[in-house]
Amino acid sequence: MPEDRSKKILSVFEEKKGALIPMLQRVQEEFGYLPEEALAQIAWFLKIPLSQVFSVATFYAHFYLTRRGDHLVRICQGTACHVRGARDILETAQHLLGIKTGQTTEDYKYSLERVACVGSCAMAPVIMIDNAVHPKVSPLDLKFKLMDELIAEHGDKPNKGK
Amino acid sequence: MTAAKKKDAFRGIRSFEDLKRLKESVLAQEKADSKTLIVCCGTGCLASGGDKVRQSFIDEVRRQGPEENIVVRKTGCRGFCERGPIVVVSPENILYQGVSKEDTPEIVSETILKGELVDRLIFEDETTGDKCVHEADIPFYKKQARRVLRNCGHIDPTSIEAYIGVGGYGALAIALSKMNPEEVIACVKESGLRGRGGAGFPTGRKWESSRNAPGEEKYIIANGDEGDPGAFMDRSIMEGDPHSVLEGMIIAGYAVGAQKGFIYVRAEYPLAVRHLHTAIAQASDLGLLGQNIMGSGFDFEIEIVRGAGAFVCGESTALVLSIEGKRGFPKPLPRPNTSIVGLWDMPTVLNNVETFACVPAIISNGAEWFASMGTEKSKGTKVLALTGNVKNTGLVEVPMGTTLREIIFDIGGGIRGNKEFKAVQTGGPSGGCIPEDLLDLPVDYESLARVGSIMGSGGMLVMGENTCMVNMARYFLDFAQNESCGQCTLCKLGTRQMYHILSDITSGKGRPDDVEVLLELAAAVRAGSICGLGQTVPNPVISTIRYFREEYEEHIHEHRCRALVCRSLVSYRIKEHRCKACMLCLKGCPVGAIIGAKWQVHEIDQTKCIKCGACVEVCPPRFDAVECLTGKANEG
Amino acid sequence: MSDLSLTINGIEVAAREGMTILEAAQSSGIYVPTLCHCPGLTPEGACRICLVKIEKKKKLHPACRTPVEAGMVVITDDAEIEQVRRVTLELILSDHDFNCLLCRKSGTCRLQDLVNRIGFDEHRLDRLDRVAKDLPVDTSNPFFDFNPNKCVQCGICIRTCREIVGVDAIDMAYRGYEIKVSTFGDKPFKESVCVSCGECVERCPVAALIPKKIEYPTREVKTICAYCGVGCGLRLGVRGNTIIGARGDRDNPVNKGELCVRGRFGYKFIHSPDRLTSPIVRAYDPLERQAHGIDETGESSKPVTSPLVKQEGDFVEVTWEQAIKYVASSLDHFKGDQFAAMSSAKCTNEENYLFQKFVRTVMGTNNIDHCARL
Repeated sequence: MPEDRSKKILSVFEEKKGALIPMLQRVQEEFGYLPEEALAQIAWFLKIPLSQVFSVATFYAHFYLTRRGDHLVRICQGTACHVRGARDILETAQHLLGIKTGQTTEDYKYSLERVACVGSCAMAPVIMIDNAVHPKVSPLDLKFKLMDELIAEHGDKPNKGK
Repeated sequence: MTAAKKKDAFRGIRSFEDLKRLKESVLAQEKADSKTLIVCCGTGCLASGGDKVRQSFIDEVRRQGPEENIVVRKTGCRGFCERGPIVVVSPENILYQGVSKEDTPEIVSETILKGELVDRLIFEDETTGDKCVHEADIPFYKKQARRVLRNCGHIDPTSIEAYIGVGGYGALAIALSKMNPEEVIACVKESGLRGRGGAGFPTGRKWESSRNAPGEEKYIIANGDEGDPGAFMDRSIMEGDPHSVLEGMIIAGYAVGAQKGFIYVRAEYPLAVRHLHTAIAQASDLGLLGQNIMGSGFDFEIEIVRGAGAFVCGESTALVLSIEGKRGFPKPLPRPNTSIVGLWDMPTVLNNVETFACVPAIISNGAEWFASMGTEKSKGTKVLALTGNVKNTGLVEVPMGTTLREIIFDIGGGIRGNKEFKAVQTGGPSGGCIPEDLLDLPVDYESLARVGSIMGSGGMLVMGENTCMVNMARYFLDFAQNESCGQCTLCKLGTRQMYHILSDITSGKGRPDDVEVLLELAAAVRAGSICGLGQTVPNPVISTIRYFREEYEEHIHEHRCRALVCRSLVSYRIKEHRCKACMLCLKGCPVGAIIGAKWQVHEIDQTKCIKCGACVEVCPPRFDAVECLTGKANEG
Repeated sequence: MSDLSLTINGIEVAAREGMTILEAAQSSGIYVPTLCHCPGLTPEGACRICLVKIEKKKKLHPACRTPVEAGMVVITDDAEIEQVRRVTLELILSDHDFNCLLCRKSGTCRLQDLVNRIGFDEHRLDRLDRVAKDLPVDTSNPFFDFNPNKCVQCGICIRTCREIVGVDAIDMAYRGYEIKVSTFGDKPFKESVCVSCGECVERCPVAALIPKKIEYPTREVKTICAYCGVGCGLRLGVRGNTIIGARGDRDNPVNKGELCVRGRFGYKFIHSPDRLTSPIVRAYDPLERQAHGIDETGESSKPVTSPLVKQEGDFVEVTWEQAIKYVASSLDHFKGDQFAAMSSAKCTNEENYLFQKFVRTVMGTNNIDHCARL
C-alpha cells in the first residue's frame, strides 16, 4: 500500500522543524516522483495548507509530480560544458532518444534532462546517466558508444517518439 | 541514539590530550607504511575511471607484493582534473597522470617494487618539453599556494584519523582550550578573511554581529549550494576534506555561541553528501561533535540539508527559507541581516564552505600567517575553478592578487589548440567577461568589481577566439531566466526579455538598436531587482557589450558570427573539389544530414543539419573538405 | 506612536512611527504608484513599482514595506526611478493579455491606471516578446473566473486567502517565468478547498480573478446582510429596482468590508420567483384542524379553501396572524421537557435571546440549542 509506505517515511520526521523539503525528498526517493496523495498526507502530517506543499514541491527543480523514466539521462549545460559544445550533445541526445528535454519515453525507460552544472567542469562536456558521470563526451561518442552501452546495460532500445 | 551507542561514543576523544595521542598514533602508523599509492578519486578523476584504477591497484598489490606495507589511499580532488586519473607514489611523490587500469601492474612492479619510473605516465611540459616527475615541478602547481586545499588530494577524506594525522581538529583544540570566543573572533577579524561565497563580507565582523545579537539559540550554516555553473571549488572541498569544513563550523559555533550547525549541500553532489555524512558520523563517534567537546563543556552538532535544485537558494535569505521548508524567495529590502535575524528568526552565521575551511588554518597558524598572503584588502588565497578553453583545467588555489595572466597562462597553460585568447569570465552568471587588455588585473574583490565583474564563488571560465561573446551572454541569460525565482517582476520578466533579444541577435533577427534596448533593460533589472541574483545577472550582458560591442554589431548588421558558433548565422558545406567521398562524415553525422555514397561526393542537407561540427571533426585534415561559412560568405 | 518628520521630494512630511514611506506619502497627498500593495495585507515589495530612493542607502527600497525614520530623506520620483518603473511596467505589459476594450475590468483596472500615470516607451515595448501565455481560463467556480493570462502575480489574492480568510486555498506554484497562482495540484477552483468568499476577487487589481458578471449599479443601498447573525454591512448595487451586486461595507465595524460567499454572491434569491413573500402553512385535514383548536368559521380572512390530507398537502399562503395563531395553538399541546427548541444563526442576538427566554419561561424547559453548535 503506497499510503502505508509514505506513512512510514513520514513518521521519522515527527517533531522536526523544517521537515517539509527532506520529507518530499524521501517520498520521491521511495516513489520516484511525488504522488498527489503523498503530498496531501504530508500537508496533513505537518498541519500546513495543501497549497503550500504544492507550492514548495513545484518550486524546486528536483521534485517531479509525474512518473519518470527508469533511467535518467542528464546533459550538463554548465558554462564550461557550454563552451565545449554541450548544446550539440543535448540535441544529439534528443535525436537519439526521440524525446525533448524534460520528457520521458513512452515506455518509461528513459527521461532526458538538462542540468545546470554537475561540477565536473574540468572534464567538460559531461553527461550523467543515472549517477555516473561520463567525461569529455562528443556527439559521436554519444551516438556510437554511450547509447550502445546504455542499451547493453539496460537491455532496451529507447522507444522513440511521443 | 541508543544508550549502548551513546556510551560507545565516549570511548573517543575526551580531552585535548586524547587528540594529541591519537595524532601521534596515526603518524606512527604512517611511518610504518613503506609506500603509499595515492589515487585521486575526486569527481573529475572518478569520471575518468579513478575508482577502477584504485581497485586494480588493490588487486595488483595483493598479487605482486608484500601488501602489509603498501597502502592504496583514495583522496579527494588534487585539482589537475584535466590529466586524471592522477596517481601519486609516496614518499617519493612521483606523479603519474592519465593512469588507466591497464597501467597499474606496471606501476606496482616498476615503481613500487623496483623504484623505477614509468616514463610514459609522467607529465611533460608541452612548451619546454621537460619531464616533471614531482607535483611541485609541474607548471600547473608551481604558482599555486594550496592552503584551503592543503589536504585535498592528500588525505583520505573518509578517514577522520587521516585528518587528525595532518593536524586536524588541532585548531579546535586551541580555540577551546586557549582562547575565549572573543579572541577567536578577533583572530578571524585580524586575519582579514572575507566571505568566499562571492560578496566578500569580512567574516570576523559577521561573526561578531551574530555573537552580539540577542537570541535564545544561534545557528551556523555552511553554504555548499554551489550553483554557479562552471564552479566546483566547494564540491572539491566537501568531497576531499570534509572535516576541515566541520572543524571551521565548530570553531564558528564556539565563537558565536551557537550549538547547532547546518550544511546546505546541492543535491547534484551525491559524493559530497556521502563524505560529509561519514565525516559527521566519525566526528560524533569520537566526541568531536556532540556534547562537551573534548571536555570543554561546549556542545555542537551538525546536520546536513540537501538542496532541492534552486540556484537562488545560494542567496542567504532564500537559503534560510529553504532550510525552514519554504519556497526560496529572497526577502526584499528592508530586511535585517541574516547574522541578526536568520534561521527561525535567530542570529545565524552563514558562510561559504570554503570560508569555513580557511578557519582552522587561521587559528592554527595565526592571523598574521593568513594575512601575509594576498593584497591589502583581500587577504589569503582563493580557490578557483579554471575551466573552458584552457589547456589545464582544474582546481587551482592562488594568493589573492595573482594576475589573470598568471592564472590562465602560467597555471592554465594558455588556450587549447593554441588559439587566441579572447576573454575570461569570472563569477559565474553574476560575473562579467574580462577582455585581453585587462589580463594583468590582479584577482581580488575590488579589482574584479572595478572592471564590471565579480569574484563570485571562484569560477573562472577561459574563452578563446572560438567563443562567441553574444552567444555567451545569451547562455548566461538563459541560465538566469531558468533560475529566476519569479518573485519580482524585473528579474522574472527582464531576464526573459533580454534572453529573447539575445536569441534574436544570435539567430540573425537582431534589430539596429537592440544593444541600446538591452542596456536599458539591464540597467533597470540591476537597479530594481529584489536580490543579488537579479541585481547581478545583467552583468554578463553589460560586460560583453562594454568590451565586445563590435561582435554584437557584426551579428546584427552583417549576420556574421566570427567565432562560427551561432548556428543560424553559419552553415557547413562540403567543398566539392576536395571531398574524397570517404563516407567518414556521412557515418559520423549524428542526425544523418549528409547525403552521398561511396564514390559519390557528399553533400549536407541544410534542413537536417544541426550544425554540431562533427563532420569537420571527422574529415581527415589532409582532405580538409568541410568548411564553415558565416556572414556574407554564408548568405551570398 | 510618536510623531516624527521626514522629507519626501523636498517637502517636510509629518508621520507616525511604524508608518511605511508609502503611508506617509499618501497621508501627505504624495502619489506613489503601487501594484502588489493592498492595505490590510502584509506588504510584499515584489512588484517593484513603488521603489523609491532613500538618502544614504545604496539600493532602491520599496515604499510599501520600508518604515519611516525621523529625518529620512526620500525621493519618490526622478529620472532613474521613472526609468525603472517604466521598464517594470513594460515588462508586465509584455506578459499580459491586454485586450482592454473587451475586458471586464476595464476602467477599474490598476494596471490600466499605472499605464496612464507612469507611461511607457512605445518603441521598447514593441521590441519585447509579446507571445501571450495561453493558459486555460478556470471557469469552474460558479461565481468568478480565474484567467492566469491576465494575472500579474502580485500575490494579493494569496495573502488575502491566508491573512484574512485563513483558508489558504491558493499559493504561488512553479517558479521563474512559469510562476502561477495555483490551487493544490493546479486543479480548478471548484475542486479546491476554496470557499468562494470572493475576497481575493474583490482585491485583484486586474482581471485575473473576476466575477462572472460585472454590472455597474446606478445607486448603492447600505444594508445589513440577512444571512446570519453576524450582521455584516452590505452595500447592495441597484439598477432600477433590481439588485445586481453586493459588496462589503468598509465603514461597518462588524466586517470592515469583508464578506463571505453568501453575502457577496448570494443575492440572486431576492428576485427569484420561488421566493416566499408571505407565511405559508401546510394545508391540513379537518381532524387535525380541530385538534389544533382552530375555529373554521373564525376570523381568518383567507381560510383554507378545501380540506386536504397531509400527504397531499400543499403549502397555503396565510396571514401573519393566522400563522402565529397556528403555531401558538400547536405549542399549546406541549409543556416542559416534552418540548425542545432549536434556534437559528440567521437570527440576531436579540432574537435568539428572546427565543431562549420564551422557551425557558413560557415552555418551561431548558431544551434549547442553536444550529451553530451542530
